[in-house]
Amino acid sequence: MKQLVEIIQNHFPINDIDLRKKSLAFISIHQNQAIPLLEWLKTTHGYKAFVLLTAVDWIEENRFQLTYLISNPDNFTELGVRVFIDREKAEMVSAHHLWKSIWVYQRELKEMFGINFPNSPRVNESFILEGWDTIPPYRRDFDTKQYSEETYFPRPGRSTNDPAKHMKSKLYPKD
Amino acid sequence: MFTINNDRSKFPELDDAGNALIDLTSHKYLKLWQGPQHPGVTGNMSLELTVTGDEIVESRTHVGYLHRGFEKLMERRTFIQCFPTCIRLCVAEPDPNEYLLSSCVEELAGIEVPETAQWLRMLALEMARLQVLLRQVPGQAGTFALGLGYQWGNYIRDLILDRFEELTGGRVYHMYILPGGVRGLLPNGFKNRLEENLKLVDEFLPNVWDLIYTNSVFKKRAKGLAVIPKEWIDEYGIYGPAARAAGIMRDVRKTHPYLFYSEIDFEPFTTDESDVFARSLVRWHDLKMTVDIIRQILAKMPEKGDIKAPTPNVMHWKIPKGETYVKCESSRGEYGMYLVTDGSDKPRRVNLKGPSYTHATSVLEKLLVNANVADAAIMVSLATCPPEIER
Repeated sequence: MKQLVEIIQNHFPINDIDLRKKSLAFISIHQNQAIPLLEWLKTTHGYKAFVLLTAVDWIEENRFQLTYLISNPDNFTELGVRVFIDREKAEMVSAHHLWKSIWVYQRELKEMFGINFPNSPRVNESFILEGWDTIPPYRRDFDTKQYSEETYFPRPGRSTNDPAKHMKSKLYPKD
Repeated sequence: MFTINNDRSKFPELDDAGNALIDLTSHKYLKLWQGPQHPGVTGNMSLELTVTGDEIVESRTHVGYLHRGFEKLMERRTFIQCFPTCIRLCVAEPDPNEYLLSSCVEELAGIEVPETAQWLRMLALEMARLQVLLRQVPGQAGTFALGLGYQWGNYIRDLILDRFEELTGGRVYHMYILPGGVRGLLPNGFKNRLEENLKLVDEFLPNVWDLIYTNSVFKKRAKGLAVIPKEWIDEYGIYGPAARAAGIMRDVRKTHPYLFYSEIDFEPFTTDESDVFARSLVRWHDLKMTVDIIRQILAKMPEKGDIKAPTPNVMHWKIPKGETYVKCESSRGEYGMYLVTDGSDKPRRVNLKGPSYTHATSVLEKLLVNANVADAAIMVSLATCPPEIER
């Protein structure tokens, strides 16, 4: 992987290199260079298999991390390409022309993180959620507990006890 | 007089963007929903089919019926609290989830797992594969209304679940594999009881062969159905038995040996036909191979030894900042987990990559075009597991 990373460095401005293990490395690249890099790796270095695309919300830095994980089926190595995008303008160039299944990931990221991939097939169709009308649920500022409390009617006959007080009252009712 | 052109490759017509030209007002087409409770659907997902006559011209996969936001929930839990959640990422085969999350945590925390624990992990993973294949192999014939083998398989599967109960306390969900190792050694007499179960699988294999693979109806329906071209394997990201049925070796145990798989003698079966019959045949051979692998593990594994490396108090365990991707071979193919940590006691991001994600969406939608509506259960040949799609 070290050799591959050195070759990439000669062609693309990458940083934040993490040679995680013998067959896996992570690199970061600027948003504008990411798709040309992926295309170059696919066509010239055998990274023709796409593994996953996902996002990480670094809300405190006001940015999203997109991770494209690609693999070379000939030498069984994997490369994670990180791209950081502005959280306020969450948009990335689509890579659907490179791999035939990546549009599904892009569609999911649009729904769950609110990251847009213009011109990606069916990117605006709902994937898992239907009629979702609040902030995308996988963003860090989406509070699942608050959403549940506001959305779902509490079932009757249920009460909540503080475990410590409850056990004390059961075990030592006279105290 | 009505005539049909047997070359279906030009039908339906597509627009420039590759979308089918379908006019629903023409009365030539019908929308038909298969699922989410259709018996041919492997779990709660549905297919929105557009059919003309009995031919499918378009398919749309709909998931979300099982969505509980597992990945999001894990971001709010300590690492040890993530285990009861992560196992539910695939109900049928939960053990790879435990293994992957444990391995990710161990890798980022720099923990070495003891040798005995690694052998026991292998055993648990292979037993999990065995119980799934005991349903999947005859289950493929079940989707074509040949349900007898499924009953036989389920009986033996229940016996394997007995062994899981003995080993872990749980039948379906086990939580046997935890960061640092496993929860216990084999109980007394476990090996003999498991061997008795394996002998039943030995008897089951030729019986299910005679029942399914020599059955003319099964052959007539499954041969030539839903052929996956070789070039799709990398283009779409097709793994496991579906790739091996197309003649492409995809087995993480061989390509990236983990645990002690490099010490096990096995050769995954491949064939070239790449149709439903071939994928089913690959799984039959996988079942046979799994029995052999389990026997080798039982013979080679140490009887005693440490089963867990020391770890910090799991309730207050902070994992250093980092990210990794770990994978293993599930019964459906490559199964991976991407973990990002930020130095806190909770994961920053957990992302599961299961083969069903592409198999049930982009691949299945493509395979179903021009299929007969009665064959929509070709999704079973891809062994899709909806929870790993919607996570």
